[in-house]
Amino acid sequence: MLAEKLHVVGQSVARRDGLGHVTGKTVYVDDINFKDMLHLKMVRSPVPHAMVKGIDFTRAERVPGYVRAFTHKDVPKNIYTILCLIGVGPDEEPVLAVDRVLYQGEPIAAIVAETEEAAIEAVSKVNLELEELPAVFDVEEALQPGAPILKPWGANYFIYEGHHCRRVRFGDVEKAFQEADFIVEDKYQTTPIEHAPTETTGCVARPEPDGRITVYTNTQALFFTLDNTALILQIPFQKLHFVGGTVGGGFGGKVDVIVEPIATLAAMRTNRPVKYVFSRQEEMQCSSSRAAWRMYFKDGVMKDGRIIARQITSYSDSGAYNRHSPYAVTKHAANVAGPYRIPNVWIDAYCVYTNRQPASAMRGFGVTPASFAIEMQMDKIAQVVSLDPWAIRFINAYRNGDMKPHRKIVEDATLIEVMQAAAKMVGHELPEKFSRMSSWDGKEN
Amino acid sequence: MTAKIVTFKLNSRLVDVVAKPLTTLQTVLREHLGYTATKAGCRQGGCGSCSVLVNGEPMLSCLLPVEDVEGMEVTTLEGLTLDGQLHPLQESFFEEFAIQCGYCTPGMIVVGKALLDRNPHPDRHEIVLALTGNYCRCTGYEPIIRAIQKASMRAINEPSSEKGS
Repeated sequence: MLAEKLHVVGQSVARRDGLGHVTGKTVYVDDINFKDMLHLKMVRSPVPHAMVKGIDFTRAERVPGYVRAFTHKDVPKNIYTILCLIGVGPDEEPVLAVDRVLYQGEPIAAIVAETEEAAIEAVSKVNLELEELPAVFDVEEALQPGAPILKPWGANYFIYEGHHCRRVRFGDVEKAFQEADFIVEDKYQTTPIEHAPTETTGCVARPEPDGRITVYTNTQALFFTLDNTALILQIPFQKLHFVGGTVGGGFGGKVDVIVEPIATLAAMRTNRPVKYVFSRQEEMQCSSSRAAWRMYFKDGVMKDGRIIARQITSYSDSGAYNRHSPYAVTKHAANVAGPYRIPNVWIDAYCVYTNRQPASAMRGFGVTPASFAIEMQMDKIAQVVSLDPWAIRFINAYRNGDMKPHRKIVEDATLIEVMQAAAKMVGHELPEKFSRMSSWDGKEN
Repeated sequence: MTAKIVTFKLNSRLVDVVAKPLTTLQTVLREHLGYTATKAGCRQGGCGSCSVLVNGEPMLSCLLPVEDVEGMEVTTLEGLTLDGQLHPLQESFFEEFAIQCGYCTPGMIVVGKALLDRNPHPDRHEIVLALTGNYCRCTGYEPIIRAIQKASMRAINEPSSEKGS
């Protein structure tokens, strides 16, 4: 009955945009040009940490085709944080630097010109007067006394409801460590990763005769970006019409709100269309990356393989600004104990600021580095208690109905079934106690 | 620098363009002539998204001064569908889902065409070698290799559909 009604499930459905892609007719942002269009290029900090003492546009202004420059004074609400839309605060990132830069590549001033070449040349002729400051690039060094303080609230960490980190407290880890047969400790870390989309981040903002601005963008978050742009420019939301949906690779790298506010401002102030598209160098060096993480695990384990306590301190290198990192750290804290039933869990997860380019969203951000650490740790535990790596995971796998450390009841566990299917696919024969196990064991119905 | 007139064949049509010395073929195609199928992923010869055929050979249009194609034949992705019919490679890329974000697709297809024109029945290794200069960040290389294999099979089975060369 149901199968008769299904038209898509189980069928191969042609992609809506597929013919456009194979014929080259799909229009990406950089394919959009208007005859009176200006080009925007950014004056960026050449150093990771400095006071901005002065900006001199005199030589830039003499470049043929130069139209005008924008600084922080031109941006109505210059300081923002993207996640203000879900209640994250305070605002802390400037659209254009005010008097200090916190990472190499940070935007200081925008220049619009008649051609892209003129904009690039004018940018190269801006004279920046910078006073370099000591920089910090390591999450633990950033939390040491004496580290350069990067945030106006006097600390290099995001404050979660008055706390220095996102905390999870479940049971009593100290007591359980006393009872454990083994203590297994290790340190895990991951590196930043650039999304490296083939199409770089960009947009074209075009003033319409009715006073609205149409913004063609390759953002992955169309309405999120529209809302943030309106807030930064202090204009009503309905003044903006965002057109998007065609993205030449995103992977989370096009979720931040970076190019649209300044391009829209430039279009409003010049009353001309403005294109702002990242160069490959900007995409690789200035756009946000996946955060680097450092995670310390301490587990209390019994001889039979049961993990009875897990204590984790982890640090996200969020770079210079929030972007999506405060949210990533919360997700991390909810997941870093792993899909295992551990009765005692203690987690301190820090969102740390350093003088690196900001980190942000990327494919399971906050969670994928955790999974790496968790499963390395599980293999290590298996070695310590001399058990098969499969066994250690079946013994500890969570079941539907279990309470997770952050007080959510497990409702969608399939770990056991996935492991059973994986074992079958690789031809690994499981002992009967594991092949008969179920995620619904111990559940009433 | 004085601009000069450069004449070449673009997708079988003669074009004259006025360009300053060292203007790239990519800029002329995309910005002067509006042929935007040719992409600009890096503009430094690293990604292959700007690949076009010059006298049948794949070239990076972002590194090629337009004056170097004077009198030559340039083929872009747009040139594969001149008669409104999809090229076998376009059909197989569509059918095999050898496209995700689509940004590398123009380069992949024109490089695939150069390969099949030279070697109508390449083996897997030859296809992989031909694609080494083309970056796909969605990492869909396997469907792309399958699509080129399928197009080459189609050319064997339906010789009449071999066109666009």
